[in-house]
Amino acid sequence: MDPEKLYILLAEDDQDDRRFFKKVFDSLKITHTLSMCEDGLELMAYLDDTDKLPHIIFLDINMPGKSGMECLRAIRSNSRYRDTTIAMYSSMSSEDTVEESFVRGANIFIKKPNDFDKLKKILTEVTYINWQYVTDGLNRENYMINYYTNVPDKFL
Amino acid sequence: MILQEQLDKFSFKYTLEGPGMVHFTDNIPMHDYKLLQQQLQHYGIEIVDNQKAIMVQKIKAAILAMLAEKDMPLIKISTYLAKQLNENYRTLSNVFTEVCHISIESFIIIQKIEKVKQLLVNESLSLTEISFLMNYSSVAHLSNQFKKITGFNPTVFQKVLQNKRALNNNIN
Repeated sequence: MDPEKLYILLAEDDQDDRRFFKKVFDSLKITHTLSMCEDGLELMAYLDDTDKLPHIIFLDINMPGKSGMECLRAIRSNSRYRDTTIAMYSSMSSEDTVEESFVRGANIFIKKPNDFDKLKKILTEVTYINWQYVTDGLNRENYMINYYTNVPDKFL
Repeated sequence: MILQEQLDKFSFKYTLEGPGMVHFTDNIPMHDYKLLQQQLQHYGIEIVDNQKAIMVQKIKAAILAMLAEKDMPLIKISTYLAKQLNENYRTLSNVFTEVCHISIESFIIIQKIEKVKQLLVNESLSLTEISFLMNYSSVAHLSNQFKKITGFNPTVFQKVLQNKRALNNNIN
């Protein structure tokens, strides 16, 4: 029953950031597919249309049209996506936003660091830990990891 | 077909998925697997499968069994696994990381923290009780490891999860 390939979906309106995310995922040893949407509306349309559910969705909080928080609420109100991990991220965010994200069902919160290496470390860890949730069926309700201040330090 | 003939001698549930490709519905005990392997060898049929994946499953099972024990063994984990699987630890460790992308040590920490989360939110045990149950040397050590893995202090985690449950109950 092991899934063979990790399926990642990213919603991000900034082209440079999309390119950077892609670069990080390309550098990972895990076999994966990456799809990208340019904003929240496109993401929701994409999800409605696809048969193949992503294992993890990376959601930029600040997007025009439909914000990351609105997407989170929409996705979590649909039981079809209950096994899909949602990772929210933002470069500027208050602790209230962090808590709201988790309470609304996000699994990961990333405060995007300015330092590219740090972001790479975080994305790597998120991807590999998420893989454990996919393959080992860990409890999803308790799946909350907060990178608001935490930067992984050679944990994996 | 020889393959099918031999397979039918065992009580495995299986489906043939193409020439020489067999899918087993359930896990096969290692003993039976070896017997099947021997039987097939008579006919010059070799089993090509993912031995590494099998080894990883065994390592995980051994770790989970260990963590499920009331009194966790106090011997070193590397010694424990090497003994359980009858294989040297370096081999186990390399194969595990290759297949799972994380180290055995990380896997154990993740599993331990998962258990801590359960005890924290479902059993409402205190951190002192949990650290004792889970063989942490102190509450501080438990809290630090929890924070390192989840980014939360245990009590904040508990609070956020309660708010999440409250919201879900309101919606449903």
